[in-house]
Amino acid sequence: MINRKIAPEIKDATAFDIKLRPYEKVTLDNGIPVHIIKSDEQDTLQLELVFPGGSWYESENLVASATNFLMKNGSGKLSALQINENIDYFGAYLNRTSHHEYATYTLHCLTKHFADLVPVLQEVLLDPVFPEEELAIFRQNMKQRLAVNLQKCDFVANRHIDRYLFGEFHPYGRVSSMEAYDALQSATMQAFYKQHYTYNNCKIFVAGHLPANMIEMLNEYFGKTKWNGEASIVRPEISIMPAEEKKFRIFNDENGVQGAVRVARPFPNRYHPDFPKMLVLNTILGGYFGSRLMSNIREEKGYTYGIHSQLYNFRQSSAINIQTEAGRDVCEATIEEIYKELRTLQKEIVPEEELHLVRNFMIGSILGDLDGAFEVIQRWKNLILNGLDENYFYNNINTIKTITAEELQELAQEYLSPEDFYELVVI
Amino acid sequence: MIHFNKFTLANGLRVIVHEDHTTPMAVVNVMYDVGARDEDPTKTGFAHLFEHLMFGGSINIPEYDEPLQMAGGENNAYTTSDLTNYYIQLPAENIETAFWLESDRMLSLAFSDKSLDVQRKVVSEEFKEHYINKPYGDVWHKMRDLAYSSHPYKWMTIGKELSHIENAKLQDVKDFFFKYYRPSNAILVVGGHVTTAQVKALAEKWFGDIPAGERIQRNIAPEPLQTAAHKLEVKANVPLDALYKCYHMPGRTGKGYYATDLISDILGGGASSRLNQVLVKEKKLFSNIDCYHFGTLDAGLLTIEGKLVKGVKMKDAEKAVQEEIDKVQQTIIPERELQKVKNRVESMLAFEDMGLLNRANNLAFYELIGDASLMNNEFSHYEAVTATEMHEEAQHLFDEKNSNTIYYYAG
Repeated sequence: MINRKIAPEIKDATAFDIKLRPYEKVTLDNGIPVHIIKSDEQDTLQLELVFPGGSWYESENLVASATNFLMKNGSGKLSALQINENIDYFGAYLNRTSHHEYATYTLHCLTKHFADLVPVLQEVLLDPVFPEEELAIFRQNMKQRLAVNLQKCDFVANRHIDRYLFGEFHPYGRVSSMEAYDALQSATMQAFYKQHYTYNNCKIFVAGHLPANMIEMLNEYFGKTKWNGEASIVRPEISIMPAEEKKFRIFNDENGVQGAVRVARPFPNRYHPDFPKMLVLNTILGGYFGSRLMSNIREEKGYTYGIHSQLYNFRQSSAINIQTEAGRDVCEATIEEIYKELRTLQKEIVPEEELHLVRNFMIGSILGDLDGAFEVIQRWKNLILNGLDENYFYNNINTIKTITAEELQELAQEYLSPEDFYELVVI
Repeated sequence: MIHFNKFTLANGLRVIVHEDHTTPMAVVNVMYDVGARDEDPTKTGFAHLFEHLMFGGSINIPEYDEPLQMAGGENNAYTTSDLTNYYIQLPAENIETAFWLESDRMLSLAFSDKSLDVQRKVVSEEFKEHYINKPYGDVWHKMRDLAYSSHPYKWMTIGKELSHIENAKLQDVKDFFFKYYRPSNAILVVGGHVTTAQVKALAEKWFGDIPAGERIQRNIAPEPLQTAAHKLEVKANVPLDALYKCYHMPGRTGKGYYATDLISDILGGGASSRLNQVLVKEKKLFSNIDCYHFGTLDAGLLTIEGKLVKGVKMKDAEKAVQEEIDKVQQTIIPERELQKVKNRVESMLAFEDMGLLNRANNLAFYELIGDASLMNNEFSHYEAVTATEMHEEAQHLFDEKNSNTIYYYAG
């Protein structure tokens, strides 16, 4: 008979030697860098083109994201429908995203179809025309979507908490509005596009099973000319204007049965030595299923379906943000319990067993996250776009493996005082 | 092509091993052949509530999550109308921890009052978060009730009403466990950096002595043929009018399933799909519109749902949707458009198969519906569909008498 009460032996986190697989780098004729992680196990590939076209660089609200979105909706040679039909016909996905710093176009496709898709991608990226009719449809549909979202307490809470942390005019705190959608102009987007989506500002990341002539094709479609001319992007200084008040309560829906709770404070950015340490402390607090917040507020009290804390990965400044949707009548009790957990981390040292578990969990999780070429290129992209290299990655792993309970307590004492946090409930 | 080996333990537990030595990880997936369709109509939401209780400690192991996290692992689970699935991902070196945990909770749960008490509350909050406190959140409760007269798809996995969850008793939990959570009703898939011999030994060691239980004999009467259109008007505190239309369609293994799936893609798959192109882009009647289905094992629902542009009248919007449906019924789908949706399926399947977890999950699913090897034939079924078949399928699918419509008005 086996003894089921005894856990099998495990290999410890510190024993795992995690390696970030190096990328290959090729430069196109016009100087565009292409970062490559190859993997021939599947017949799929991913191609990303990244530009410094995020909201940090826009002078009017929503211009960066609208430009990014509408580039795909009509080019010199192809209508929006023709672009979509081409992408769909080859079973590909062409996604666009824009955040604070960067704007990205990502193509996922079967390797065998890449040659058919790259001319379409060139049209979208090098010759978008921002048709008035597409803008009108976009504006109307985005306003409708916003109207629906504004009824959701979590959506409203996310908008407000970022405003308190960074200020309503700062790119991190600025939010969409009906007025901003109305104000969008095709000509403004065209100008924003021309300035930010230029050959010398483009970085390419590819992963997966690449066709043999991949680089030749990229050269032919993106490497031959100095498209959109050379533009130097100056990153403007923008100051953070946090709210003075700390506590907010908003009634968004009088019949709401839950409230969205947010408890947040600013935190230094990823370049600060406390950042990797805070990744560990944040995991203990609310970063995994067994976290302090989940154990207490979900698994002990049953106030919520889930509660999490996160560390923003923004470039200028980060923040710690604790978030949950809790029953309407237990929102205040939830906030009390959150503060109790913060104080406990300040007062009491994290038990060795728990720290050991969190180290193992985090290392296991990184090991899982690095599984596959798409995931590896993602890591590299984040490092490269933030001006970092693999040492940053290894340093983070080292912090997970070696940080002490005393260091965590010091960190909690410095950063987890309840009075430093903004708190918000939106019902 | 997904390679795997398959064997069955003496107690009936089916085991599938998918070796992949390109990854340092392993995945352990346990699928139980029980879902919300197996529930008593007066105790709905139980299969899902039960899934939560599976994390509340087992007979020999007081805490499920802790030892797994200590082994560098992560896990989750989900319940559908048809099945309940539990999965773990962890470094392959620590695979035995997963066997230990999964086998002990298959042997027996701890059945603690405290766990039931807390999870009842947690699930109530989940219910509120997803189905009450969201605009349009109640529409699927209403639609299932409208479309099904007797089949248990009549209620949502989360349950028909909060009170069913609040009234769950510990005895219900025990009965449910010993009826359904037996090796003969389960499929174990182990994938990743493992060998078949290793998995065989571990499966015998940890699962071999669990009593087999009885293979459940499911006896759910099929939903009777719908003979008249169903319509429902709803007024709620939402900003936009919305239209929902559902049509009864074949189940996952039923004749016509693949043709129907491709029809849904013609109508709503991708930005160039017909509904999006004609109704959003050209006629500007909807701000978004989709066509989809859930691929349920018993006969399901093909759904068209869209939000109307402010100022557009419901009857004009519905008429325009009907025109697109009429086109599918009256004219043969052009060859290139058919090829497009087949290419989309081929690509979707390829991307789905990229993740180890997905592969393990899919192997379990195909085994559940008949045989894991079906996974490797899946695309050939789509390739074989002809435009004529889709045309024939569209005739009864989109028969007005087969339709269920909800007019959801902003009030």
